[in-house]
Amino acid sequence: MTATTSLRDEAGPFFGDFGGRFMPESLIAALDELDAAYQLAKADPEFHRELAELGRTYTGRPSIITEVPRFAKHAGGARILLKREDLNHTGSHKINNVLGQALLAKRIGKNRLIAETGAGQHGVATATAAALFGMECVVYMGEVDTERQALNVARMRLLGAEVIPVTSGTRTLKDALNEAFRDWVANVESTHYLLGTVAGPHPFPVMVRDFVKVIGEEARQQVIDLTGALPDAVTACVGGGSNAIGIFHAFLDDASVGLYGYEAAGDGVDTLKHAATITMGRPGVLHGSRSMMLQDDDGQTLDSHSISAGLDYPGVGPEHAWLSSIGRANYRPITDEAAMAAFRLLCTTEGIIPAIESAHALAGTLELGRELGPDATILVNLSGRGDKDVETAGRYFDVLDEQGNITA
Amino acid sequence: MTDVQTPSRPLAASPVASAIATANTDRAGALVGYLPVGFPDLDTSIDAAVALVENGVDVLELGLPYSDPVMDGPVIQAATVKALEGGIRLKDAFTAVERIRARVDAPVLLMTYWNPVLQYGVDRFADDLVSAGGAGLITPDLTVDSGADWLAASDRTGLDRVFLAAPTSTDERLRLAIENSRGFVYTVSTMGITGARADLDAAARSLVARLREQGGDSLCVGIGISTAEQIAEILGYADGAIVGSALVKALSDGGVPAVGRLAAELAAGTRR
Repeated sequence: MTATTSLRDEAGPFFGDFGGRFMPESLIAALDELDAAYQLAKADPEFHRELAELGRTYTGRPSIITEVPRFAKHAGGARILLKREDLNHTGSHKINNVLGQALLAKRIGKNRLIAETGAGQHGVATATAAALFGMECVVYMGEVDTERQALNVARMRLLGAEVIPVTSGTRTLKDALNEAFRDWVANVESTHYLLGTVAGPHPFPVMVRDFVKVIGEEARQQVIDLTGALPDAVTACVGGGSNAIGIFHAFLDDASVGLYGYEAAGDGVDTLKHAATITMGRPGVLHGSRSMMLQDDDGQTLDSHSISAGLDYPGVGPEHAWLSSIGRANYRPITDEAAMAAFRLLCTTEGIIPAIESAHALAGTLELGRELGPDATILVNLSGRGDKDVETAGRYFDVLDEQGNITA
Repeated sequence: MTDVQTPSRPLAASPVASAIATANTDRAGALVGYLPVGFPDLDTSIDAAVALVENGVDVLELGLPYSDPVMDGPVIQAATVKALEGGIRLKDAFTAVERIRARVDAPVLLMTYWNPVLQYGVDRFADDLVSAGGAGLITPDLTVDSGADWLAASDRTGLDRVFLAAPTSTDERLRLAIENSRGFVYTVSTMGITGARADLDAAARSLVARLREQGGDSLCVGIGISTAEQIAEILGYADGAIVGSALVKALSDGGVPAVGRLAAELAAGTRR
């Protein structure tokens, strides 16, 4: 692939047929303002210096890579390396995007951050940045998710953020996005909507990607330093798709490197209870961009389902829809059951408790390792840690009872 | 983004624009009434829409229930959720338009988020709306610069198309909305979502003035309007006033008779 056709150069608003900006007129000025501010920041070395400094002294960048040989034995003996975004401050890759956008909000002069959150990781990261920059913070979280991720709700409140449980629609992540957009429409003069994934209207998919692509840029060099070669495959879980695009992006032009995104298949893609958007969806417009989505014949968004709140979203970022459409990346479904088995396996073989989201990537990697054979090297984005999931996993494996107490 | 196309039909030929013009000749201006299709059920929503016209509403705005209505406040959300739970389908909107048009003469616009139109097929949607006797579309999440397909389909069929203008829109974008809207320009009164508000934003008055400067001549103000007094005030500077949530609430609380009574009360605000 020559430099002139680099897949890394896509700058939006469209990625092939996907992307764009389908938003109420009331928000167009704010999106234009954001786009202009981002273009200025992107060209300003001082912005990059500040962001890199925060990465180093606050997030803990670069994150390390960890080889997991005992886990890899269950994957046909392939060599497996984890990119440890779980070790970041606040516990996931989400902090990278949040610090970038918060810095940008500061530049635009907006002192109020709003965010949507599913698992709570993005909400926690946003609450953290708001505290760090002395900004006001409101996080919208589906009521269903506030129940299954109570610990993260507490975390956000301790950080000084207001958490608003969303009771409209299906009361999950997609409805939290709707409420955040509604808030933004009403408060756009003072407020930056700190969208947490590579979805939404332009410039969000491009801007968020640029803030998370550091993951893959670091990892690519780390793998080369360790093994002397590029990995054969790179894997990540995909909900909206930010951690996946973050690790994929540096490898887009490395044709020998297979890219694999794992979507939440919930109870299975042969049931109605899943969140496998690219696997089972079709193109449509949701939350401001054209991408793949789960919808009925009338274009009504279907309910998604996953044991992981962070993947429980019926849409996906437009760049993933595009990478799938041109065959550059592969997207495959992983059931709740397979994800939880991989979760347990990483805990007991390597002493690492992953986020249930990231466990989908681990489960996919177990399958992929058996496919590629023992000579393969697979880089996995371990996008978050599982502290927030201890209650869910504890119940799943009967370590905790229904009330959350230790079982006898 | 996309090239902006020039409307192939002058504003004067639009059924919605002429209804608004007539209302401005006979009275202080037009009353546009919104109700969602299928709330609380299809038949009642049709009766309620007819009652609006019989009680003085000049233009009907029928909302197509959608799962993710980002511009709508709690009252309309609750109604559209109920409509969807009741099994309302997209094709019911065409049935509703047809049955309403058989009973009353006011032009009927559909208010719809973009994805349902996209999934139905933009051209097929336009053709079926024409067949049902509909006047056109209001598209809250489709702006002119993202709407090439719809501009083409509405030019081909002659359907009206109502784009939104917001207090935050630049003059350039106001011109874009004016030049490409047929029927009227939906003038967003305030920065916010649908729902009744006690005090109307001064933003509405200044936005209408800005739209006039850019050449806007059929301007209806919506969002937050719930009383005849507000309507009278708005019609002092705009060509029409749009009422939604207040009507939905009346229908929800007191059924068709209540929504008819409220429409009559609101219509009093259009007197000179």
